[in-house]
Amino acid sequence: MSLTELQTPTTTEVRVGRLEDVPPGEGRAFTAGDTQVAVFRLRDGSLHATQASCPHAGGPLADGQTDARVLVCPLHLFGFRWSDGASTSGAGPLRVYAVRESDGDLLVTL
Amino acid sequence: MAAVLGGRPEGVTTVPLGPDAELDPRPRVVVVGNGMAGARLVEELLERGGGDQFAITVFGEEPHGTYNRIMLSPVLAGETHEDEIVLNSHDWYADNGIELRSGVAVTRVDLPAKTVHGDDGTVTGYDHLVLATGSSSFVPPMTGVHRDDGSLLPGVVGFRTIDDTRVMLAAATEHERAVVVGGGLLGLEAARALQGQGMQVDLLHAAGHLMNAQLDADAGAILKTSVEALGITVHCGLTATEVIGPDRVRGVVLADGRAVDAGLLVLAAGIRPRTEVAVRSGLEVQRGIVVDDQLRTEDPDVYAVGECAQHRGTVYGLVSPVWEQARVLADVLTGTDPTAEYHGSRTATKLKVAGVDVATMGVTGPERDDDEFLVISEPRRGVHLSVVVRDDRLVGATLLGDTSKVAYLTQAFDRGSPLPARRIELLVDLSDGKAEVGVAELPADSQVCNCNGVSKAAICEAVAGGCTSVGAVMDRTRAGKGCGSCKGLVGQIVEWAADGDVTEDPAADWYVPGIPLAKPALIAAVREQDLRSVSAVFAALAPAGAEDARSKMALTSLLKTVWGSDFVRENDATFINDRVHANIQRDGTFSVVPQMKGGVTSVAQLRTIADVAEKYEVPMIKVTGGQRIDLLGVRKEDLPGMWADLGMPSGYAYGKSFRTVKTCVGSDFCRFGLDDSTGLGIDLETRFQGIESPAKMKLAVVGCPRNCAEAYVKDVGVVAVGEGRWEVYVGGAAGASVRKGDLLATVTGRDAVVQLAGRFMQYYRENAHWLERTYDFVPRVGLEKIQAVLLEDSEGIVADLDAGMQRSIDAYTDPWAADLAEPATPGQFRTSLPLVDLPLVPVR
Repeated sequence: MSLTELQTPTTTEVRVGRLEDVPPGEGRAFTAGDTQVAVFRLRDGSLHATQASCPHAGGPLADGQTDARVLVCPLHLFGFRWSDGASTSGAGPLRVYAVRESDGDLLVTL
Repeated sequence: MAAVLGGRPEGVTTVPLGPDAELDPRPRVVVVGNGMAGARLVEELLERGGGDQFAITVFGEEPHGTYNRIMLSPVLAGETHEDEIVLNSHDWYADNGIELRSGVAVTRVDLPAKTVHGDDGTVTGYDHLVLATGSSSFVPPMTGVHRDDGSLLPGVVGFRTIDDTRVMLAAATEHERAVVVGGGLLGLEAARALQGQGMQVDLLHAAGHLMNAQLDADAGAILKTSVEALGITVHCGLTATEVIGPDRVRGVVLADGRAVDAGLLVLAAGIRPRTEVAVRSGLEVQRGIVVDDQLRTEDPDVYAVGECAQHRGTVYGLVSPVWEQARVLADVLTGTDPTAEYHGSRTATKLKVAGVDVATMGVTGPERDDDEFLVISEPRRGVHLSVVVRDDRLVGATLLGDTSKVAYLTQAFDRGSPLPARRIELLVDLSDGKAEVGVAELPADSQVCNCNGVSKAAICEAVAGGCTSVGAVMDRTRAGKGCGSCKGLVGQIVEWAADGDVTEDPAADWYVPGIPLAKPALIAAVREQDLRSVSAVFAALAPAGAEDARSKMALTSLLKTVWGSDFVRENDATFINDRVHANIQRDGTFSVVPQMKGGVTSVAQLRTIADVAEKYEVPMIKVTGGQRIDLLGVRKEDLPGMWADLGMPSGYAYGKSFRTVKTCVGSDFCRFGLDDSTGLGIDLETRFQGIESPAKMKLAVVGCPRNCAEAYVKDVGVVAVGEGRWEVYVGGAAGASVRKGDLLATVTGRDAVVQLAGRFMQYYRENAHWLERTYDFVPRVGLEKIQAVLLEDSEGIVADLDAGMQRSIDAYTDPWAADLAEPATPGQFRTSLPLVDLPLVPVR
């Protein structure tokens, strides 16, 4: 990352996929350029997006389990808070991205 | 001349000083003595950069390099070759730029001139002088022990050097009898070794019991019995008065007037610090060369270390204090720590004396009126244990014949750590209260949870950080969240760290953390309110209807058990393994295990598996412990294709479910087989395939009690005992925990086995905690109760159990075939790491 970019952080919204690509309660992984992102659609309708691989040991986070507070990695069951990506059990932190839906498109802010 | 230990092939050499030596600007350190202490000091100096800082010269009276004197006993016993005990060879000294003057004895030191005089006529200047002259054997007063010139009569030796050892070994080949004077450590070792070399040995010891410096009289008496059992004649309270000569040793006359023939007389009745040089040079000498806390003599440039030094009134004869002294002196000389001080050593030793384990530390018996003294004496077993406790601190311990507690006692002795209130626990492990002591004893850095790498210290930290319940500590540290076998220990440590102030986990009785109900109440609520999906359970029963990620998998299992085919599947409420019916691996790939009932396969199956493995470039094909074939490292997106090509049902190697039935080849093939174990295993697997349960269930059937398929250690294990009869074992384990199963019943006929196994598994499914294996469930509930319920129908529920199991069996569908026909959710098999080129696991 260049100095210029640091000074003016990019706030690009990237369309990564469609809402129907992510079944309710589950997560799916997408790519945005050279970044892989996991997008989660909770049963209450809310959306979350995080880095795709677990900061602990590279586990596939889109295969994890979720609730309104946390995401749990499938490999070693580390939990991460949606609010700030902090781990509830000692790993991390996890990078979280803003995500929203517009006309069925999933838009992630990288 | 005998060989030089650690010498060069061409003979002894020294590094010649040459004319440049005088020009060397570095301060010169001269070490007098090349034994354990002198050599260790040099090593410590080098470690601190002293090799560059100083020009170092070492005088050694013996021609050898440095060798390990502690190992002379094994050399004498013929267990170790003398070449193996060399510590630093002549080459080592040359390589490190150190001048070794071997074979040169120092005769005196000129303190004002700061020079040492060698017996070869050389005079060597020093800036710092270290005396490490060691000690020599004490020669007890005996007529005829010396020759006219003052030297010892031939055949009389101490036990201090390799040359002494060589003399003894030579004598052992020429003479039949030896007398060893001294029943301390050295004398006992010499006696044992010589006896092992075929000599008949008489051991004379002036004191009333052996090793009187370390052992009390009772322990000494037990040691005497053990030594005599080796064939050594022990005379306590007896000295020798005369050596029979005249040209060499022929025997000794004892104080009681008897004479003993001997071709060898070994003097091991104590050692005397070698202080002649210091005395001659005018340094203060009492028992040893007097030094201060920096090992300095009264001359500020002269130091002494090792057995020749007297520090705070004590002369040490063991190696560990000498090591400590060498470290301190090296710190002082090199300036690494100019204020380093030696404050004496608390000596604890653990030895094998004449084949007997001995450990001693501190005092041997009570010295004050209120000293506590505990003794356990078992003369018949050769065991004598004692401890002395003063003001709640361990001040002495003696262990003879059994040193299993030495590590714990040494720690208590060295650190003054707290002692158990029941003092007997210092010496023996009592079965009750053992865990409590064990937890306290456990070193802080010892790993408690091996799965997640959690130490005792981390657990204590979590408690100190505010976790007051076992569950909270487990959440914080992840201790106990792997295989779970350490949960009990984690609980004990939490209790210990919290000093008993542990809050009861409110969730301890709940089936899952997200629903505040125990399992029976939860099942009742699910039935009453007709809750058929996990989201319905959360909505109806969770506080504020909140979902809990960590509760979902357990609820799915429970609902499937309760509802069978009426269960409403929600893929997000399952673990990834159950979403894609495969076991996730460390890199996010999966393993595929086709069903192989009873471990029996066929040509067609093997050919298909081989073709599939080749087509999908499977990184590893592995035979599992459950007698199936595992295809590992498969990409998620390849799973449906592989299932289609395999055309075999899932082996359920990923779920909390009925897994597999191992079998032996049974009566069809085995000449010892009593019944058709293979057939029964296949029957069981056919009936119970895929049944979900609180934790995995692994089964086995064997055709005879030889137990080739390990039925005794399975969740349900079946053993043929002949004439159509089968033993059914439950609650066995051979994983993280090992437990032999309990015999539930012996029944007649295969149908009876299938029925009883089904009843047991259903009872377990309905009553076990989530993730509670049968090896915990059976002891928790109690075998007798399980027998009463299942065999006598004491609760009138057997018909319900049978019906419940049948409902689950009827609901079985092969998940591979089902999801192949129609994916359960969109993108069910899409990769979750799109930019990672899987597999990352090694390809074999």
